[in-house]
Amino acid sequence: MVEQSEVRVVRCGGSKINLRPPIISTDSRFVLCASGDSVKVYSTRTEEWLHSLQGHTNQVTGITLNPANHLQVYSCSADGTVKLWDFIDGILIKTFIIGYPLFAIYVSEKHDGIVFLHIAMDTDSKNECFQLVAVHLPKSAEQEVEAKELSAVSSRISPNPSCTAFGREGQYIAFARHLQLNVYFFRKQKTYSFSLKATDKKGAKNAFTCIACHPADDCIATGHEDGKIRLWRNFIHTKEYTYSTQHWHHNAVNTVCFTPEGTNLLSGGIESVLVQWQYGAGNRKEFLPRLGGSILHVSTSSDGQLFCTSHSDNKITVIESSFKVCGVIQGLVKGDAVLTDLMIDPRSKALVLNGKPGHLQFYSLLRDKHLYNLDIVQQEYIYEAGLDQFEVVKAAFDIKGYWLATVEERGQKSSDLEFSLKLWAYDERTQSFVLNTTITAAHTDRIMSMCFSSSEETTMLVTTAEDGQFKAWCQGADADTQQDQNFWSCDFVGSYHNLKPTNCSFSADSSLLAVSFQEVITIWSPDTWELLTTLCQPPGVVRDLCFGQLSCSKYLIATTTRNLLCCWNLLTCALEWSTSVEVSKLQPDPLSENVAAFSYQSKHTDLFVFKPNEPRPLFTHKNVCSEKMHRAVFVPREEPLNNCDESSQWLNRSQLYFLTQNMDLLTFSTATEEDRMLSSSKRLVIDDSVAVTPFYLLLGKHRQQQQKLNTPSHPAADKPQQPQGSVTITELLHTPAHVLPAASVLCSMFVSSLLISNTGVRQDPLREMESSEQEMNSEKEEEHSEEEMEACDSQQELRAQGSVDEVTPKLSKAQERELKRVRKTDFSWMAGLIDSKP
Amino acid sequence: MGEFKVHRVRFFDYMPSGIRALAFNRDTERMAVARMDGSVEIFHCSDRFFQEKIIPGREQCGIEGLSWVGERLFSAGLNGGITEYDLTNQKVKYTIDAYGGPIWTITGNQQGTHLAVGCEDGTVKLFEVNEDKIQFERNLDRQKSRIVSLSWHPSGSKIAAGMMDMIQIFNVETGHSIHRMLADRGVGTSRSKECVVWSVVYLSDGTIVSGDSVGMVKLWDDQTGTLIKSHNVTKCDVLALSVSQNEDSLVAGTSEGTVVQFQFVSMVLGKDDNEWVRTRTFKNHTHDIRAVAEITTAVVSGGMDAQLVVKPLLDKIEVRSAASALRKIHFPHRRLVFCARKSGLMLFQYPGHLELWRLGESEGKGIPGSSLFVKRNPEKLLHLKVKGEDHIRCSAVSPCGEWIVYSTASSLRLYRLHCDNNNVSITKISKLPKVLSSANQLCFSSDSSHLFSASTQSSVHIVSLSQSGCKFVGTLKPKSGSHQAIHLLAASEDGEWLASANSDHEVHIYNLQTRKAHCTVPVYSSAVTAMGIHATTNCLFMMYADQQMCEYSIEQKQYTDWSRTVQRKGLHRLWMERDTPCLNVMFNPQNPSHVILHDTYMLCIIDQSLPLPDDKTQFYNQLTLKSLTEEQRKSHSHAFKVCKTFKDILCVELISDQSLVVVERPLEDVATQLPAPIKQKKFAT
Repeated sequence: MVEQSEVRVVRCGGSKINLRPPIISTDSRFVLCASGDSVKVYSTRTEEWLHSLQGHTNQVTGITLNPANHLQVYSCSADGTVKLWDFIDGILIKTFIIGYPLFAIYVSEKHDGIVFLHIAMDTDSKNECFQLVAVHLPKSAEQEVEAKELSAVSSRISPNPSCTAFGREGQYIAFARHLQLNVYFFRKQKTYSFSLKATDKKGAKNAFTCIACHPADDCIATGHEDGKIRLWRNFIHTKEYTYSTQHWHHNAVNTVCFTPEGTNLLSGGIESVLVQWQYGAGNRKEFLPRLGGSILHVSTSSDGQLFCTSHSDNKITVIESSFKVCGVIQGLVKGDAVLTDLMIDPRSKALVLNGKPGHLQFYSLLRDKHLYNLDIVQQEYIYEAGLDQFEVVKAAFDIKGYWLATVEERGQKSSDLEFSLKLWAYDERTQSFVLNTTITAAHTDRIMSMCFSSSEETTMLVTTAEDGQFKAWCQGADADTQQDQNFWSCDFVGSYHNLKPTNCSFSADSSLLAVSFQEVITIWSPDTWELLTTLCQPPGVVRDLCFGQLSCSKYLIATTTRNLLCCWNLLTCALEWSTSVEVSKLQPDPLSENVAAFSYQSKHTDLFVFKPNEPRPLFTHKNVCSEKMHRAVFVPREEPLNNCDESSQWLNRSQLYFLTQNMDLLTFSTATEEDRMLSSSKRLVIDDSVAVTPFYLLLGKHRQQQQKLNTPSHPAADKPQQPQGSVTITELLHTPAHVLPAASVLCSMFVSSLLISNTGVRQDPLREMESSEQEMNSEKEEEHSEEEMEACDSQQELRAQGSVDEVTPKLSKAQERELKRVRKTDFSWMAGLIDSKP
Repeated sequence: MGEFKVHRVRFFDYMPSGIRALAFNRDTERMAVARMDGSVEIFHCSDRFFQEKIIPGREQCGIEGLSWVGERLFSAGLNGGITEYDLTNQKVKYTIDAYGGPIWTITGNQQGTHLAVGCEDGTVKLFEVNEDKIQFERNLDRQKSRIVSLSWHPSGSKIAAGMMDMIQIFNVETGHSIHRMLADRGVGTSRSKECVVWSVVYLSDGTIVSGDSVGMVKLWDDQTGTLIKSHNVTKCDVLALSVSQNEDSLVAGTSEGTVVQFQFVSMVLGKDDNEWVRTRTFKNHTHDIRAVAEITTAVVSGGMDAQLVVKPLLDKIEVRSAASALRKIHFPHRRLVFCARKSGLMLFQYPGHLELWRLGESEGKGIPGSSLFVKRNPEKLLHLKVKGEDHIRCSAVSPCGEWIVYSTASSLRLYRLHCDNNNVSITKISKLPKVLSSANQLCFSSDSSHLFSASTQSSVHIVSLSQSGCKFVGTLKPKSGSHQAIHLLAASEDGEWLASANSDHEVHIYNLQTRKAHCTVPVYSSAVTAMGIHATTNCLFMMYADQQMCEYSIEQKQYTDWSRTVQRKGLHRLWMERDTPCLNVMFNPQNPSHVILHDTYMLCIIDQSLPLPDDKTQFYNQLTLKSLTEEQRKSHSHAFKVCKTFKDILCVELISDQSLVVVERPLEDVATQLPAPIKQKKFAT
């Protein structure tokens, strides 16, 4: 198939989870939210990402529970399809092809088999003209159905999907745009319109921002730009309609939502305070303040026990109805701008970039989970517009992840620039970075770029600044400092004809340092600080600079502002090749020879992947996105793919993520990868959602323990013992209660199943020895094994079927202790029980 | 437009009195307003809220309640008396004591047979309304605490009384209490303070609505005596309640200055399960709202800040027009400032005293728009206190500045002013003719030789004034035989004509030579707010409350051609949309075609020689004209020249040295003299 080899741009990992309101499943166990091209399912109790519903090929723009079956969910996407899912098992049930990009979906209980969708008016999509259409979903057994029965409900729809809501029993639909509220009654097929004045005398901005309908009464709540909430009634009269106004929010109300019984109204806005208004009691309200970013959406569970708010800092907060936060699901924080490059923490393989103001965030793209924030600025951030505060602008990791260098600055706009360079050392004990050195006046002007040397022995940091100098920083080189503390100090100051250095880069073996001074690239030897050679290819200032990797490390690639991509051979010091292409971002892959170049031309971005040794692109992808590309990073894969297809081969070792100006984090995925993911999602139908009963706790803990013990051990050796325990447990769990034997009988079985692990270990004295030796091992080992454990959990089945010659696993300290404890316990009392077993 | 030297007078410290009670008469569309100083004013609601009648108050006469019974108006106050007003002659008809201590509330039943008053001693007293008097009938069961508010059931068989901490329902037949409903006190520290039920409203479906000092509007069921629903409207007091005629809307006035509307709307459309829902909030007052009234198309509210606010209810208005705009009435629609044109003296009329001021003098000339250096400061010559408890009804100063006259409800006093340099003295004219016992309106002839005093039955008495004293000359009586009181008098410059306007909208013109009625101007539907007789043409120029204007030629006994043109072409939309009536008409002696008018917000000169504007032309064109050349200006100019330099104008007068006197009373100054309002938390402070 041709499509097999296609490399597609997808939103996968780090996508917005706050684009549309999250929904809570009827049993309040799951939170579903649209995230990139998929729908993610989280657990409300543990906030863990359970699985995602994958299948859409473009941004998912709306999700809603199927009113006919509360275990199913509809999702719509900009790819023009509506999909029906079983969200517990993650199974795609049906696909309805609409054919137009969809922007929101609404359903109502009274409209069986009909979904309401926002589609762009096909006449002029630029004018943000949207219409609401009712689509009759055909009933057929096929997987993919084309839904052709579209009927327009209204064409005066706001592009904001929270400005449309269904009324009591689906009798009417209310939608607002700008200053007009429209209520369309399905039975009468009549629209009532009410408009507000653009401004009243006090300068209020009356435009509608959101809308909600009371579930039992005919009352519509609307939020407005100036922070007012209006409750509309009597809206079947064009004249005698009436509304009451309530005002608490000082800025636009982003969302309003009635609780399922209609007793309360929830509202949220930029203040990041969730406000609960008592319906019908005027001003009585409750507040839940300090929720983080501004509230974008609020949704409630169908029993009204849980609320969900999604925030502008890509976060979903789960709130109990008693107004207590019980869970936070954090996505990748994307502020207004990412000032640092996208980086990969070599240690955790996490994506590192600006997060909360003054912080660096560590985000695991693999598990799509926010790991932690590292406070760089270490100052209180004041949430007020117009204040000039310290921001992290540069960050760099050394090759092993022991050192992190950051630059924070403030006063970019004003003339008095303040900045400081900080160096952070990784602390094994606390498993995080600890501030080692702060250099307040590293340069006299702004630091333009910095990089660590890539050699394993000595770590060296090079910074270039606008003051015309580049400096090399080394650890502990300064004799004045105390011996036991290794601070960083300046080793060398270099300059070249008073030109301003812009970029710097170390070669793969750290034997060469390239620093670009406007049009000139200088090559230095870091050992002797000797200027080896200069390379120059005018006209145009050097914009980006990088050395080739691996076999191509003799090449130096640079891009200039005059649309030139040059490649020098450093052995000959001659230009190997150059080509005229406007490159906005050059990104080498550290694990292969490949270099990715993004070029922005005629309003769309193209990607070229090439190897430095030949001027022919390995892979080109036209029109990656319509915005200018801004940051990119190669993320190493956990395990390499084995694509043999030429066009996707470059993605085998690592994955290319890039950030557009709209702050969308996109990546490329290959067909084989998707296939793999699809197959793995099928496999994922495990009982993650079993209720945590005391019984489960008892058994589940035991089972986990057993798994922990079993998995590292030799599968062949374990096999005879393992089934016995699990059979007992499955017997316990799956046999109906009325056919189960007496509890006394079961008890002995159960206890004997407990004993098995113990005996299993005893049978293997050799391993015991091994493990006691391991106790002496360093902490580093332990953390490795822990990491392994996590991986093992999910891949247990695979391994069970896998090859026999697996390495003999090692036990961790904790497990070892457990083992000892078990061994010491006196089990003699149990002997009688075992004997009495029938 | 012409250039004038302007005396900008800001030393008239007039303080409007706070509004205490409102009563609306649906049949006659009149709104009665009782003020803190005891005066009662009648506004005509369908005639752009023109203040038709003013009954001045008395010292120590606090009115607490007003009630219409048919077309009769009753009031009751803390002095313990019930007063009926004679509305035709604009005075108190009689006062009888209820013998129950201070009266807090008065209300008449819908049938018009009985009045109920709530007294300090805890009794509800019923009075029977007879032909010419009221007669005490009986007491309902006496309660322990004072009765603060009362409301009749529309059937007249039950009455709800709001008291301290509770509401009682009485059966009027038996006089016994049916139910006793306890109003909750506030929480916290206010728990020790008793809850005053400031206002109750008894609806025909048996719902009782109460507003109390805790800030709650509560709905009670009179069958079971239980609370149905309560709405927390404010943190302070709910002082007033009023229900619309068809009982689908209710307004509550609070001491925060807000009016909160409740509406009886169906919760599920198409079904009949209506509920009272709080809907809109109007905030037009700065201080306590003491009285609200929901009339057919608007909510009228008044309070401590002394302004009467008419907020139109847009859902009840068929056609939006100038008549249905938000209206704030700050100042009376009568003149309080009189000017001795020839001597530069100003007479200011306060409720309890008169002040006479001499205008300042300035030096030389300045460029237009600049302020001149004051050579001599204005000077207060006289402070004349009223004898007795009654407040001044009307006053006047003669054009020469020699005579001052004022009248209260009971007496009329005429003074002669002697002014030699800095020595000012007055002598009271002792022997007044008997006819001058009281006057509704007073006016001097332009040569100061005669005093015209408007009296009962629309008659005008003429008294000639001389050095020796005054002499009754004769009485002018209208042919129509109207009984209404005259509220405007205008004498012609040549002393030949006198025009009088009364509350029946009649304008009579008398010939002073023959002392006979000359003619009557055709009666127009709206009231005359100001009129003047032109010095040279002897045309009577009249301004009406609906902003129409007429010019009537006295000699030809018909409207002039200009007036007919105005009527035919109609006035400009912006002119018609002004919301205060014109209060004075003057003529510029330098240019006979100029008529000078003013209302509270502007000063206008109408040039009768210029074309009238139609709706397409720019009405306020002063700035445009300035930018044009001389020739273009001619083609662009129209008859109306409006000057908005001055605000909150009480009076504009043209004095003989061709300078204008503009008396302003800035509303900010009024606001600073009011007591501090209830402190409210304001966002971001």
